[in-house]
Amino acid sequence: MKTLVCFFTSSVGRKFLMAASGGLLFLFVVAHLLGNLQIFLPPEAINNYARYLQNHPELLWPVRAGLLVLLGVHVWAAVTLTLENRAARPVQYWGRPAPYGASFASRTMMVSGVAVGAFVLYHLLHYTVVVEGLSGTKISLRALKAQHDVYAMMVAGFRVWYVSLLYVVGVGALCWHLAHGLGAMFQSLGLKNRIYGPWLDRLARAVAALIFLGYASIPAAILAGHGRAHLQQVIERIETAPERGTPPAVRTPH
Amino acid sequence: MKVTLKVWRQKDAQSPGRFVTYVTPELNPNMSFLEMLDVVNEDLIRRGEEPIAFDHDCREGICGTCSLVINGKPHGPHRGVTTCQTYLRSFKDGDTIVVEPFRARAFPVIRDLIVDRSALDRIMWAGGFISVRTGSAPEANSLPVPKDVAERAMDAAQCIGCGACVAACKNASAMLFVAAKISHLGLLPQGQPERWRRARAMIEQMDREGFGACTVTGSCEAVCPKGISLEFIARMNRDYAVALLKGDSPVRAAAAL
Amino acid sequence: MATLNANIPSGPLAQKWTRHRNESRLISPANKRKYKIIVVGAGLAGASASAALAELGYEVHNFVYHDSPRRAHSVAAQGGINAAKNYQNDGDSVWRLFYDTLRGGDFRAREANVYRLAEVSVQIIDHCVALGVPFAREYGGLLDNRSFGGAQVSRTFYARGQTGQQLLLAAYSALCRMIAAGQVKSYTHTEMLDLVVVDGHAKGIIARDLRTGRITRHNADAVVLATGGYANVFYLSTNALHSNATAIWRAYKRGACFANPCFTQIHPTCIPVSGEYQSKLTLMSESLRNDGRIWVPKRPEDCSKHPHDIPESDRDYYLERMYPAYGNLCPRDIASRAAKKVCDEGRGVGPGGRGVYLDFSDAIRRLGLAKVQERYGNLFDMYREITGEDAYQVPMRIYPAVHYTMGGLWVDYNLMSNLPGLFVIGEANFSDHGANRLGASALMQGLADGFFILPLTIGNYLATVHPSQRPSTDHAAFAAAEADVTQRLNQLLHCRGKRTPTEFHRELGRLMWDHCGMSRNRAGLQSALRQIAELRDRFWHEVNVPGESTCLNQALEKAHRVADFLELAELMCLDALHREESCGGHFREEHQLPDGEAKRDDERFAYVAAWEYAGPDRSPVLNKEPLVYEEVRMTTRSYK
Repeated sequence: MKTLVCFFTSSVGRKFLMAASGGLLFLFVVAHLLGNLQIFLPPEAINNYARYLQNHPELLWPVRAGLLVLLGVHVWAAVTLTLENRAARPVQYWGRPAPYGASFASRTMMVSGVAVGAFVLYHLLHYTVVVEGLSGTKISLRALKAQHDVYAMMVAGFRVWYVSLLYVVGVGALCWHLAHGLGAMFQSLGLKNRIYGPWLDRLARAVAALIFLGYASIPAAILAGHGRAHLQQVIERIETAPERGTPPAVRTPH
Repeated sequence: MKVTLKVWRQKDAQSPGRFVTYVTPELNPNMSFLEMLDVVNEDLIRRGEEPIAFDHDCREGICGTCSLVINGKPHGPHRGVTTCQTYLRSFKDGDTIVVEPFRARAFPVIRDLIVDRSALDRIMWAGGFISVRTGSAPEANSLPVPKDVAERAMDAAQCIGCGACVAACKNASAMLFVAAKISHLGLLPQGQPERWRRARAMIEQMDREGFGACTVTGSCEAVCPKGISLEFIARMNRDYAVALLKGDSPVRAAAAL
Repeated sequence: MATLNANIPSGPLAQKWTRHRNESRLISPANKRKYKIIVVGAGLAGASASAALAELGYEVHNFVYHDSPRRAHSVAAQGGINAAKNYQNDGDSVWRLFYDTLRGGDFRAREANVYRLAEVSVQIIDHCVALGVPFAREYGGLLDNRSFGGAQVSRTFYARGQTGQQLLLAAYSALCRMIAAGQVKSYTHTEMLDLVVVDGHAKGIIARDLRTGRITRHNADAVVLATGGYANVFYLSTNALHSNATAIWRAYKRGACFANPCFTQIHPTCIPVSGEYQSKLTLMSESLRNDGRIWVPKRPEDCSKHPHDIPESDRDYYLERMYPAYGNLCPRDIASRAAKKVCDEGRGVGPGGRGVYLDFSDAIRRLGLAKVQERYGNLFDMYREITGEDAYQVPMRIYPAVHYTMGGLWVDYNLMSNLPGLFVIGEANFSDHGANRLGASALMQGLADGFFILPLTIGNYLATVHPSQRPSTDHAAFAAAEADVTQRLNQLLHCRGKRTPTEFHRELGRLMWDHCGMSRNRAGLQSALRQIAELRDRFWHEVNVPGESTCLNQALEKAHRVADFLELAELMCLDALHREESCGGHFREEHQLPDGEAKRDDERFAYVAAWEYAGPDRSPVLNKEPLVYEEVRMTTRSYK
């Protein structure tokens, strides 16, 4: 038992935890991307997928809890190690030169990490908690959510150009983080050698770029007009629906 | 040629340090960087001033004594060489060159450009050896070592213990040094019996000395005068994880030594 | 006069060491831990001795002036270590290694010691492999060998061009293990400045902490000096800059005899001097002579030509011409002298005409570039860093440089000096290399002394003294020695002259190189003796040592070492002057054969010259230990 505690106390042990949690979070990022890319299929696809998840809380909540724990471990390891790393080098060199031979992404993992964190927070408030004031659109995302129409929610949300821009920047930060993090993950887990190591680093950068393109394609396509017709239909359907109780206003009054 | 030096001067660990600027006398481009410092020091001594203290000994790149961060890079502008093998032909007439000590909390300044690197020794004490009593070794050829394994062990064993990896790393991490030793002994069949214990003991001592952790920036490898590969850090990480899962204790009973 | 009893065991040569081991006195494990031993130095000899003594249970205190024991200059040895394993099936044996070493030393070493060295060589390889030295291997996983100067068999084990480094790290790791076990106390950045002798026995040292300047006293039951050689007397040498003679010189002045001080080795393959500012010379491993061919132009007027423009017919491969049997692999002293000879004839190349070519073009044609790179890549890289030239394209330029000192403190078969309790091991003693050391033998000697010989033989002394009689550091002898040290340091600090310690050192070096270097003559040595005395006098009046003694002061360290070199140099010249013969590295121009080879005089000089300090203003006393060879006949060396 005391031995396993070393995973939480030693530098190498915490690097191990950081890499392992980061690796699992990366798998979530991939899965999430694959789910989202259904936007390019007919609306029923992504909406059925969303409904399936909503109808199975026994799947959804453990995954959410797991992600939260992973994120917690990842951030805790990052923060404690960073504080120790800063303490280990109290005096900087003259003119603060960039460390020789270190890539930009590798030197700025904390910056990209914090940016990703902020972005994830915004993303959760925007689409999961659905705080209307953050969406920048007159269309009520809550109303669309009530219809279980994720497709329409995405289209409505990303039709605001600065929200789309924010998302592109956000996933940009994520991929900047991954470009170094993915390769470093294998290093920290000890799964790298001189034969495939250099290819792993190249592959990591390629995967990071692909993920960026995948995520960025969604707001880009929507800004270019993808899904507009469906959104229009949904809005009209809601507005013309017979009133029962107090239906949500789809469009906020002027 | 002549250059202007901006050199860190510090009386001892307790006193504050500062940069002092020196204009060198006429120099020959074939001089080594340390011979240039010799010339500056000779001048200082003749004037009755205290010379710049700097570490050096073999001056052929193998003892690991020389240090110095020259214009922000440990061991000067070139890859794969130590400060003592850096020659003035790498600089231009009239250059201003900033010379600083290795910076790390685990390497306190002793004087001027000399730092205390005994933390590296203490890591070695923790387990950087194969426990074999003099006189008890078997016949050397009774244990074949595949050529490739011996070569890789040698790649790691080349470490000269200069500490440039620590000086270059933004986290002042000593992992390249530690990984080199753990890999050197861990690759060889002779080193297997203590492999896991050694990995744990050395890494945990490294943490106690106040070095930072690796963020895989690769600076250490880039400045290492012997070109020791980051690959060995991955190997060390793996050995450490296996060691924890196997549960080998890093502690040695005094009698077992 | 000192009494020098070599204590060589009786019996046939091959059985002396076994017999000695059987007859040496043992100390019980319970008593061993009561003995305290000081070891000064942590090179191959010092680190291995500290580790081995500690493993036996003695309390060991190890002192180095480096910041870590791993930095001792053994680290710089490149080529390899000899051992009589006969893995090559080429006819090697303990006898052959012994005979090659003895003959290489021009029959001026002690027969029994050299035989023991060859015997123990086998164990060294076993032990070093077990300690994790990554020696070069063959594809089958077994150990590889290379050939080296002075031998016709391949018996040299190597780890790329860094054999010394790997062996030192192995000895250091053994030391680390014993430090961790609490059996060795390691003092780093601590320089021994004097030996303390109580009632004729070595019982401690005075040391200075180089960081704080604090002078400390350390007592012990025995003192082991493993402080290396004194080649830095010559200012320019292949030794590390801090290598110095202070420990052995202080021991000499406290009564230990200094044997054969003039026997210095000039290594043939070093990078030539490039300018006045030069601080040290860099060796190119002797292993290069395996594949490189040494030549100079036949005609002096071709010397300024580019080597590629000198046709094969105009090149003089002088070693192959003069020594056809050994060719480029003849012993170091012979190769060095031959280089000097061709340069004196005006056929030297490079700046100042002090250089010869070491050419790999044949080897590259024969083996391919890749193979040459694999064998010597790091040496070629080093050459390029220093000279800015690519030796794959143009031949290397090399010239001899001072590399090693065969002389050192006199020791008996137990490695104990004439001062009881003072043991001297490795390069610091005189014992095994005679008048010339063969390549790959220094590493062998250091580890043999430290791991296998001293740990046993020291018992013969310790059994005669009791730990309870160990004098405390309050003893008057300690106080007196400390007062001497303090006074000497203060004197240096108070000179306040105009010249730097390095200027004196450089001047001394030039004197020694000119008059006590590769070839020596009476008039030169006499003039050197006069000039050294003058220089020493000026040193004590004109030197400037800024700063104080209570903190790190590198100028003070340097000045103190130079002061000792200025005294030792005189003894070297005196010894060279008295030895009216040529042998090994000691070449007296008055004594040569018609073909210019060394003319040894076994009638008059088959002895070890052990000089004994007689006081500040008196000439040292010459003691002679006759070299009695029981099984080998002294012959004229011939490598033709």
